[in-house]
Amino acid sequence: MTDITELGVAAIRDGVAKGDFTAVEVAEAFNANVAAAQDALNAFIVATPEKAVEAAKAIDARRAKGEALGKMGGVPIGMKDLFATHGVQTTAASHILEGFTPEYESTVSQKLWDAGAGMLGKLNLDQFAMGSSNETSYFGNVISPWKRNDGGNAPLAPGGSSGGSSAAVSARLCPAATGTDTGGSIRQPAAFTGITGIKPTYGRCSRWGVVAFASSLDQAGPMARDTRDCAIMLEAMAGFDPKDATSLDMPVPEWEANLSADMKGKKVGIPREYRMDGMDEDVLKSWDQGIAWLKEAGAEIVDISLPHTKYALPAYYIIAPAEASSNLARYDGVRYGLRDLPDGANLQDMYAATRAAGFGAEVKRRILIGTYVLSAGFYDAYYTQAQKVRTLISHDFKNAFTECDVILAPTAPSAAFGLGENVDDPLKMYLNDVFAVPASLAGLPAMSVPAGLNREGLPLGLQVIGKAFDEQGVLNAGLAIEQRAGFAAKPDKWW
Amino acid sequence: MSVDTATVAKIASLARIKVSEGELEAMVPELNGILAWVEQLGEVDVTGIEPMTAVIPNTLRLRDDVIDADPLTGGGKRDAVLANAPAAEHGFFGVPKVIE
Repeated sequence: MTDITELGVAAIRDGVAKGDFTAVEVAEAFNANVAAAQDALNAFIVATPEKAVEAAKAIDARRAKGEALGKMGGVPIGMKDLFATHGVQTTAASHILEGFTPEYESTVSQKLWDAGAGMLGKLNLDQFAMGSSNETSYFGNVISPWKRNDGGNAPLAPGGSSGGSSAAVSARLCPAATGTDTGGSIRQPAAFTGITGIKPTYGRCSRWGVVAFASSLDQAGPMARDTRDCAIMLEAMAGFDPKDATSLDMPVPEWEANLSADMKGKKVGIPREYRMDGMDEDVLKSWDQGIAWLKEAGAEIVDISLPHTKYALPAYYIIAPAEASSNLARYDGVRYGLRDLPDGANLQDMYAATRAAGFGAEVKRRILIGTYVLSAGFYDAYYTQAQKVRTLISHDFKNAFTECDVILAPTAPSAAFGLGENVDDPLKMYLNDVFAVPASLAGLPAMSVPAGLNREGLPLGLQVIGKAFDEQGVLNAGLAIEQRAGFAAKPDKWW
Repeated sequence: MSVDTATVAKIASLARIKVSEGELEAMVPELNGILAWVEQLGEVDVTGIEPMTAVIPNTLRLRDDVIDADPLTGGGKRDAVLANAPAAEHGFFGVPKVIE
């Protein structure tokens, strides 16, 4: 029999339904992989093997009774530790939330359990989802399962902020995982590890119970091995939630059933501003290859312009920190999480000491930037200006979509970099998200699909950006690329 | 616009984050690097452009004015609310004395 952990969401769901294997067998196989890789990869903050088995037993019992098993029936998944899980520590990879055990379940995770999924554990991430390399977690770096083919042994970044999710899926510790994307945090780690991930339209997935970073941007989505698996899992995650004021009150489409790689009659826009000076040659080559693949699938390729592209990243680094400084004001050492109360301290001293001890350097940096750009006298120059630029970026996309159906671009400007290579320069790290952030600012669905390996043997991703609400168009273009890329590479098991 | 040590100390105080002198010194050039970089937004012509308020058009809903309409987020959850408090006493959050 094939190794169950080589199977994806659809194959596991169908195999359990058919009786090829039991859900408990699946859960135990992945539990074993999670345990075996923990020391080397550090992908999980907490493993919950008993939860995975418990959910699997329930699925097997339902099958024995002939009941429907759900969209994710029998599929064990990893849960990014940004989603509140009832009775299981939820930290956002921070010290300030260490030990926080929610009394409630996030809407997205609840929907996944209701669809028959089980939880393998809580996945590591950049602290409060702030980072592009998973090097800001209080619980240590996640190590990518990938290695360069130069014979060296340099540990590589799995991307961020959903770095535990990307590492775990690519190392076969789970067939799929949840991610969240504020400015590329699903797409960039997916690209770095040769997996697939989609950030849906803003509002598709409820933010209720997701630790907030930048609320106007935060959006959950699936990370899995292929497009079909992402479509299945996104159907389970999405849907209207009255508990989230920005939740979209729209039915969830049947993305899986409507998958089609036929691009005839579709126009694919290639944004000329994304072709930047000094771009990585292999990234350019894979982009050109992606264009050729979509042409082959029947699409017409059109040149488009997104004139404000270069301003997206600076606008993001005003808007996201501004929202973060406001959202993270809740960590006060009073209601939950860490409290640092120095001798003789008053309430104000306690707040300041708690937050100094509980937040990491990057989180503090962003809170300070956010506080500054929102402060009296600077608000208009920074924050209002950034929000106006955001409007222009959104207009750029609206104009472009009068000429095309989807946009194709690289996901990230490079393949995975080594741990420690970018940590000394925050700006250099921020540039990782240069191609991902514009779609975030405009709230558009966008996915990353593996396109191939670069000369170092590392995965490169291609990004498909779609119109608001058109996840189907994005998934279909992603599928067309996937079928032609035939990406089957996986990291050699060294852990 | 650039910030100096005094400004960063002021921001940190507004953000209720205690920073040491050494941290302060290190943060000034970092923040100035980021601020100098975002300054390029100033060159964008935004005449007549409204600042973004919602990326996806949506209407704000009102829930029915009913007590405990959603039992999960309704009232009667004192113990659950206090369950993760670092200091909960007599059914309240405990804090250092705030009134002399």
